[in-house]
Amino acid sequence: MASIGIKDVSKIYNGGVTAVSAVNIDIADGEFIVLVGPSGCGKSTLLRMVAGLETISEGSVTIGDRVVNDVDPADRDIAMVFQNYALYPHMSVYDNLAYGLKNRRTPKAEIDARVAEAARMLELQPYLERKPRALSGGQRQRVAMGRAIVRKPSAFLFDEPLSNLDAKLRVSMRGEIKRLQRRVGTTSIYVTHDQLEAMTLADRLVVLSGGKIEQIGRPLEVYHRPATTFVASFIGSPAMNLVSGEVHGSKLALGPALIELGATVPTQGAVTVGLRAEDLRLHQGLDGSMPFRIDYVEELGAQRLVHGLVGDQPMVAALSAEIPLPETASLSIASFRLHFFDTASGRRIDWAGERAGAAATSTVEFVIS
Amino acid sequence: MNRIRLVDHLVLLLGVFVMVAPVVVAFMTSTHDAVDIHRNGLSFTWGGHFTETYNTVLTRKGGFTGDITGARMILNSLILGIGFAAGKIVLSMLAAYAIVYFRFRFGTLFFWMIFTTLLLPLEVRIVPSYEVMTKLGLTNTYTGLIVPLLASATGTFFFRQFFKSVPEELLEAARIDGAGPVKFFFDILVPLSRTMIAAIFIIMFVYGWNQYLWPTLMTTDERFFTLVRGIKQILLVWVGSNIPDYNEAFALAILAMLPPVMIVLIFQRWFIKGLTESDK
Amino acid sequence: MKRVQFSSVYLPYLFIAPQMAIIFVFFYWPSVQAIQSSFYLEDPFGFGATFVGLSNYSDALGSVQYQAIARFTVVFTVLVTFLSLGIGMLLAVKADAVLKGSSTYKTLLIWVYAIAPPVAGLMGMMFFDQHIGPLVKFAALFGWDMKVGLNYNDTAIAMIIVSVWKQIPYNFIFILSGLQSIPVSVREAAAIDCRSGFRRFWTMTLPLLAPTAFFLLIINMTYALFDTFGVIDVMVKDKAANNPITLVYKVYMDGFRGNDLGGSSAQSVILMIVVFVLTIFQFRFIERRVHYN
Repeated sequence: MASIGIKDVSKIYNGGVTAVSAVNIDIADGEFIVLVGPSGCGKSTLLRMVAGLETISEGSVTIGDRVVNDVDPADRDIAMVFQNYALYPHMSVYDNLAYGLKNRRTPKAEIDARVAEAARMLELQPYLERKPRALSGGQRQRVAMGRAIVRKPSAFLFDEPLSNLDAKLRVSMRGEIKRLQRRVGTTSIYVTHDQLEAMTLADRLVVLSGGKIEQIGRPLEVYHRPATTFVASFIGSPAMNLVSGEVHGSKLALGPALIELGATVPTQGAVTVGLRAEDLRLHQGLDGSMPFRIDYVEELGAQRLVHGLVGDQPMVAALSAEIPLPETASLSIASFRLHFFDTASGRRIDWAGERAGAAATSTVEFVIS
Repeated sequence: MNRIRLVDHLVLLLGVFVMVAPVVVAFMTSTHDAVDIHRNGLSFTWGGHFTETYNTVLTRKGGFTGDITGARMILNSLILGIGFAAGKIVLSMLAAYAIVYFRFRFGTLFFWMIFTTLLLPLEVRIVPSYEVMTKLGLTNTYTGLIVPLLASATGTFFFRQFFKSVPEELLEAARIDGAGPVKFFFDILVPLSRTMIAAIFIIMFVYGWNQYLWPTLMTTDERFFTLVRGIKQILLVWVGSNIPDYNEAFALAILAMLPPVMIVLIFQRWFIKGLTESDK
Repeated sequence: MKRVQFSSVYLPYLFIAPQMAIIFVFFYWPSVQAIQSSFYLEDPFGFGATFVGLSNYSDALGSVQYQAIARFTVVFTVLVTFLSLGIGMLLAVKADAVLKGSSTYKTLLIWVYAIAPPVAGLMGMMFFDQHIGPLVKFAALFGWDMKVGLNYNDTAIAMIIVSVWKQIPYNFIFILSGLQSIPVSVREAAAIDCRSGFRRFWTMTLPLLAPTAFFLLIINMTYALFDTFGVIDVMVKDKAANNPITLVYKVYMDGFRGNDLGGSSAQSVILMIVVFVLTIFQFRFIERRVHYN
């Protein structure tokens, strides 16, 4: 068990391409951290630098109280689960689990005990003599997990471990990983491009884009208070509607629509406004504040996603499947549910008007956890 | 539809006949005695002198010096075939491992130096190669027979391609599991390459067994003759005689083709894999 | 090569050393010697050598005999290449088309690959033997008095037949595996789009086979140029004078029978250039082939 410190870490390739720039993350002992971002955002590179598979161009990585920049991966006391599992195809499940221990000259009895324990935890006992190719995708995934567990490392590193599984298995393995990590209490770093996976697994998420950290925070914190337009559009499905608007006095103008903001306003003039699809309400006729021209509808069963235009800007609303769709419709939103971002920098603008909303959501969060 | 298939089969049967019949005739003829062949020509039927002819060919001391038997030539061919195949696999696996899995000074230079050898087959540099061998005193030795043939990149190219196709994560997992370069090679890479090794072994064995030009140059001492190299000698003896020993010539031809043909037939799948994936 | 590599001070050199040592001694040293001695005139009795510049080259290229051999080599190479490729392709396409017995045909058709060229040559000698050869008798039915080993053209034809016979399996194997790697879905799409089988072959199968065929073209040319040495050596039985031989055989003759080291080396270098050009072509296509797969 150990904490992990990532200080000013950068990765600059020979050609001068910067894959990761000046990243700082402090990971507490036993914490489950998820690095999430689109492909090419540097999340895997960052993980591989922690693993020692990639050299660290600048900054330092600390595991426990030891700076490991120049330590061989085998000596960092970490274990890694790979996307394609990287099981040794010619070895039985037992040998796959035992290989790392054998290389560390662990006594035979101890190896047996640890493999047996991991196999029991992962329900792999019936398969110990099998070769990886005789296993299903989920079982292989479990062997890969087992290989990490038997080592009893200070940290688990997961590199998109579920992306080779089908959707259903992914959900169940997700739960299993979370349960397992709770049980052994090992500090974990988990890389994924799937925001849903990130939300459900993480104690804290780190959202990366272009090699830089966009935001670090607990999942609901990131969801409710995205720090940038990038995070706003990346976390949550459907993605947050981002439209441009203008604040005049106490009113926000979104195309033809005018929304009353109340006593305090975030800024004056042009601004990027974020609206979560599920925060939008649909009204018959023009009762709501934003006239909405419906374009097409995606039926999801429990709810429907209604795509359309407010003015000339596209907008998606997540609505209950029972509400009939009128010919002419309009949308409304509680003003404290609005998110404001600086148009130039994309950074969130905090304003007093959202406090009420923030208080409400934190209550919800409390109930869930 | 059916008629088209019939034509297809006829074409294939004709092809099979053209490919197989000569060898069948050669074998059948080898079981007749020389006078019979001289009188009646080649034969499609069993002649009944099989044991006699093959016994003679395998055990009779022949040649100019009189101390070479067919059995000895088979042994030499086996030494060449197996020695060449094994040497090729060891050398090229090691070299390909260095090229693919290490970053080192002159690595690229070495790579190109090895691959340049693909540009010039042995046939175009026979005279100077022979001179080098004389200088090194390697003529009429097994070393001289086998080692110079190893100076080409075919196997290295193949193993390089294969190593490159091995998932990177396997190396990463092994490194995290504490395996160093030597351990990784023997614990992971060699076992993973087993089918590749088998395929290459078959191709290279056939290639080594069938060598003709190089053994012709390197061996003047008949004790080192391989079967294929001995073919020429058979013909030379043959030219002078009244009734040539057709039967023995055919028997030797059959013996010379038997091991490689058997290997190709038995390990057909690996053979095709090795051939089509190694590009010769 | 790999994203992650080992870094060790001495190990890679250790691993690559055996191969490099052998290549140096048995490839680079002789090759450099060949180039070097192609500029010298060696005394046949071993009393040193004189630098003669390019005259070995001009002697070779200017000689009528060399030109005749070069012409034969070209004809021989072209005929062997196209005949073995054509027949191999015909058989492969048929073997791919029939449902029943495909793998039996395959087995029966490939194993001749394992026969060494001189052994094939020996068998050719028997089948074209003046006295017992069935193929000579067959030719006689058409009033053709074949004299293999004596008549230039007859020997040439026999050599071509034997060389083609030996090379058919190689082409067959590659084209068949090329055909079998065409995805079923593509074939089905073509079957829906195009009714005529012949047209389908011409417009769909052949273009997809083009990389394989080009690769084989080069391989067959190298085969005809070099690997047929055994066939030729056995079939001309050391009486090269009035028989057709190829350029490689001439290099061998001049170097070992004629003791004309300089001339032989110059010819070697000329061949090196030919092979070099061929191989550069081949490399480009190997890369593409690997890429497409």
